[in-house]
Amino acid sequence: MMYALLCYHSEDVVCSWSKEQDAAVMAKLAAVQEKLAKAGKLGPVVRLMPTTAATTLRKDREPPLVIDGPFAETKEQLLGFYLVDCASLDEALEIARDLGRANPGGSYEIRPISLFRPGNAAA
Amino acid sequence: MTELAWIDAAISAARPRALAALLRYFRDLDVAEEAVQDACLRALNTWPKAGPPRDPEAWLIMVGRNVAIDATRRRRRQEPLPPEETISDLEDAEAALVERLDDAHYRDDILRLLFICCHPELPATQQIALALRIVSGLTVVEIARAFLVSESAMEQRITRAKRRVAEARVPYEAPGAPERAERLAAVAAVIYLIFNEGYSASGGETHVRASLCEEAIRLARLLLRFFSAEPEIMGLAALLMLQHARTPARLDADGEIVLLEDQDRGLWDRAMIAEGLALLDKAMRHRSPGPYQVQAAIAALHARASRPEDTDWAQIDALYATLERMQPSPVITLNRAVAVSKTRGAGPALDMIEPLAEQLAGYFYFFGVKGGLLLQLGRAEEARAAFDQAIARANTAAEAFHIRMQIDRLIKENDPVGAGVPRANR
Repeated sequence: MMYALLCYHSEDVVCSWSKEQDAAVMAKLAAVQEKLAKAGKLGPVVRLMPTTAATTLRKDREPPLVIDGPFAETKEQLLGFYLVDCASLDEALEIARDLGRANPGGSYEIRPISLFRPGNAAA
Repeated sequence: MTELAWIDAAISAARPRALAALLRYFRDLDVAEEAVQDACLRALNTWPKAGPPRDPEAWLIMVGRNVAIDATRRRRRQEPLPPEETISDLEDAEAALVERLDDAHYRDDILRLLFICCHPELPATQQIALALRIVSGLTVVEIARAFLVSESAMEQRITRAKRRVAEARVPYEAPGAPERAERLAAVAAVIYLIFNEGYSASGGETHVRASLCEEAIRLARLLLRFFSAEPEIMGLAALLMLQHARTPARLDADGEIVLLEDQDRGLWDRAMIAEGLALLDKAMRHRSPGPYQVQAAIAALHARASRPEDTDWAQIDALYATLERMQPSPVITLNRAVAVSKTRGAGPALDMIEPLAEQLAGYFYFFGVKGGLLLQLGRAEEARAAFDQAIARANTAAEAFHIRMQIDRLIKENDPVGAGVPRANR
């Protein structure tokens, strides 16, 4: 089963990391990812730009409304996600714990994926 | 990242809002600042043991508030008992406070704080110092080092700024719409100045200075969170990111300036460029151009060119012309002349800048550009004279060195015998 690990964290905090701190976190995460990739469990890994770069299309009206900023103002923001291929929720949680040790603070929401088309866009 | 580093980041992220909320509460900059300071110290002691709290901002506000109230009480113990009601409302349910943190109070708190630091009665130097001290929480030592002044001078500057704010009786209520737009422009200007302060220097203090640029970007992002539909704030953030992205390539290993066209573009921070371009894209959709957006658009054209010869100079020329109309300034004309020299040649560019000589008589960059243009036109003697004047006006060792290299080139080309003389003797 494919799971999405949705990364929530305060972007104020993440944006306060120095370049070195950011690089250190990324290096630690890369080590965990490499392990997963070797085991053939790692799908796409995505880091999102801060929500200030986001634009929202409200389509609950006609014509749809374009709004600057994220869909919702929340204390922690969706900052990225991983797709991982796991045998069970326990395994997905184990991976999330590993990633969490490399990058403490915030939360991972573990969501099973119901449809996955990898597409063909170059990252 | 060590746990302490994480806590450090959490505190600096939470600090502006905590301070802003405490300012609303105590209506006194010094009291609020001291309260945040105390709360941060306690956080450094408590969080490593207990783990960071769920809501660091609420934690800092709560603790800061209690500490300040305790201090007030201790002071009052020597005085007659205060009226009961002034104390009782300090003890309202903590839940109510935490709840309030999520709503629009935040926005107003932060704005009030930024507006106070960028109060029109303060000179720009004091605005910047106050913003870095109060909003960013940098120490006086750090700010002093970044601005190359002594600690006591910076301490004095900040104290003076605070006194002026107090005397000006800045209203603690958020200003109305027209004043708000005006103050927003002032806040943007201060962020821009903080960035420039970090950008324009080099040498031994480069590292400290680069962190000023990062701080400015952080503040710009913060401002954008609160004014998410303001194209000029998007433009400001985009501009800072697109310029800061070039930092790794701007100085060589010896700390000397590397000109834009000579920079190793592979060193540019691509992620930061991408974010800057995304913000500029968002801003343009509003079709409400302003100076920050135009400057960001110019920076974007440089960022988009993978080789110097791919730069769209004609478009840059047109953008500088727009900027000239928006805010006429000899410095902008000077920049435009550089673009003109690429599209129409050094002659027309020189014609453009010659009328600026008087206004820019003290400006290093004017003589650098003039010398470069004269050099292209083969007027070596005049070029040399212009470079000499540039050196006399250089602000940093790197600037002076850069011009000296140009002079060396001139000497080498015109006087091959002198080529063997060590640079230091010339």
